[in-house]
Amino acid sequence: MLQPRQVALGLAATLGMALIALAVSIGLERLFSTPVPEAADAVEFAGATASDVAHINATLFYVSEDGQALVGVRREVPLAEGRIEQGRQILRLALTPPPRGYSSPIPRGTTLRGFYVTDRGDAFIDLSQHATSGHPGGSFAEMLTVSALVNDVTANLPAVQRVQILIEGQHVDTLAGHVDLRRPLTRDTSLVR
Amino acid sequence: MRTTLAAALTTALLLGSLLLAQGTTPPPLTLITAQGRRPLPTTMIRGQEMVATDDLVSLLQVAAREDTTAGGIALSYKGKTVVVSPDQPMVSVAGRLVPLQSPAIRNGRRWFVSLDFLPRGLSPIYDARIELRRPSRLVIVGDLRVPRVTVRLDSAGPPTRLSIEASPSTLITPMVESGRIVLRLEADALDVAPLPQAGGLLEQARTEGTTVVLTLSPRAGLARAAQASGTDVSRLNFDVPLAGQTDSAATPAGALPAGVTPPTTTEAPQLPPSPSGARLIVLDPGHGGADTGATGPSGVQEKALTLEIARRVKTLLESRLGMRVLLTRDDDRNVSLDERTAVANNNKANLFVSLHLNTSPSPLMSGAEIYQLRLERETPGRRGTASEPFTLPLTTGGTRTVALVPWNLAQARHREDSTLLANLLESSLRAQVPMGLRPIQEAPMRVLAGLDMAAVVVELAYLSNPEQDTASQSDDFQNKAAQAILEAVSAYRAAWRGGQ
Repeated sequence: MLQPRQVALGLAATLGMALIALAVSIGLERLFSTPVPEAADAVEFAGATASDVAHINATLFYVSEDGQALVGVRREVPLAEGRIEQGRQILRLALTPPPRGYSSPIPRGTTLRGFYVTDRGDAFIDLSQHATSGHPGGSFAEMLTVSALVNDVTANLPAVQRVQILIEGQHVDTLAGHVDLRRPLTRDTSLVR
Repeated sequence: MRTTLAAALTTALLLGSLLLAQGTTPPPLTLITAQGRRPLPTTMIRGQEMVATDDLVSLLQVAAREDTTAGGIALSYKGKTVVVSPDQPMVSVAGRLVPLQSPAIRNGRRWFVSLDFLPRGLSPIYDARIELRRPSRLVIVGDLRVPRVTVRLDSAGPPTRLSIEASPSTLITPMVESGRIVLRLEADALDVAPLPQAGGLLEQARTEGTTVVLTLSPRAGLARAAQASGTDVSRLNFDVPLAGQTDSAATPAGALPAGVTPPTTTEAPQLPPSPSGARLIVLDPGHGGADTGATGPSGVQEKALTLEIARRVKTLLESRLGMRVLLTRDDDRNVSLDERTAVANNNKANLFVSLHLNTSPSPLMSGAEIYQLRLERETPGRRGTASEPFTLPLTTGGTRTVALVPWNLAQARHREDSTLLANLLESSLRAQVPMGLRPIQEAPMRVLAGLDMAAVVVELAYLSNPEQDTASQSDDFQNKAAQAILEAVSAYRAAWRGGQ
């Protein structure tokens, strides 16, 4: 009477464990097959492979230690085919934690959803919602975020004249209620030291 | 005939048919609470409109139990009880008898009470007032602002004369656009009288939440608004002319492309300048509602500080300078950046000051900063953004010069005035509060772009700085900031007078 039930339970448990094992193995495979991590430890990743992979030196903009200005910092970015892929590599690095002594003007946890450049030299940076929801607010902090993003692209991709920031693929008014993002913005060095 | 029908109905009800009343179901009442609007179904029984107690149980969270001794039903809410007895046109509220229009009726397991039970029987035991408005079929729970709104087509014309009246008095913010008039009312919900049918240049009147939208004919020109106030009603009149009749210039006002403002009026050249250049100021407390703005290390939210300081500035400007002051919000609610701009433009404000508190990634940054709009290189300079001006006759006699300004470029014409205002604020703030590293900056500030007047954003302190976080919550800081803004506005008025 009890035996068939025990068999059934045993089968169910085995099936469950097999499913979990399969899920874990797929998860691990996906994790390690991702070509470029979008966050966290990408700095180490880029550094460790710098000797094996061709790279360019790009200028990325971070907030100075005293919080008063943006500072251009030379960083190694993997060489990529074409300006669009190169722009993606630059922005992915810009979204990782900053080098020691600087802070990032972009809310931590923001990911790059897309980047492309039109024939007219207008670039579009499409960021995840976190760029808005994770923003601390304040005109100055918002100016730093927007200027840094625009300058990260325009300083390193000479063909790009103007940058339009999108959130989740959509046009937005502002990131946190201050800086007008309805139109593309040109390079802004007023906050750069 | 009626008696026979009623008798038949009663017999059927006594038989306990639950489906009986469905054939004569009137449209449901609308129950308005702080959480929103929900339908409250009613049923016609013996010629009387009634509501089922089990609907009240589910919608208003009251508890119901059969009262076997009295043969009735008792409804309770937070320890207070009202007892409804069958066949008696009254209820017992905490031992006190209250007469009703008709007795409660039992139909199978359900109990039905007349509509006046809501304000007379249920309201006394409820923790919020329950108001019944029969003509508009509304049941309002709690102290909500639900003005009665009447829109009238007073004369078909053209010019077509339209009016809107809200009672009790309610702030109505009109936005006159090409092809329509949008009226936003400061209310929780509207109690709208039947809207007028199409007529004259009015094609359709409809409501969207607390906004009334009047859609105009493509032949209509831009409407002219005239405020007419009463003691306890707010009233606005609009004259809608034919497009050609407003406009001697090439562009017909009724055919404006999207993104173009209502005409911006300036005084006719032949009139002497106003004796006081800045009569009306709009203060804009930044953020509000779900948009909390920045948060300091103490947990203080930017939206609360900006509102508190704006109120202090308003009091000072009204009492010391006798100015008219409008706030873009006077409570904790979300106001879009376009709505903030519209309040100032539609009221033809002379000055706009948006109040904020700043942040930086470093806790070291401190001090007040003033932002004015940075104009893009391709933006034409002052006065270069307007179309050729044309002249409009005024209803009060005389004429007025009108220029059409693209909405997003309106601020360009006021660059010099905004710079003057920024400079005056910088010097008056410097005397009262710590100043930032870059006290005056130009930036593409979204809220300033469409403003057709001198306008700046003032970031009074850095909330990311722990000392400034504490200071900005103090009476001393808030009063000093308000005093500095008062002095700057006073100086601006003096300079404007001197310069004309």
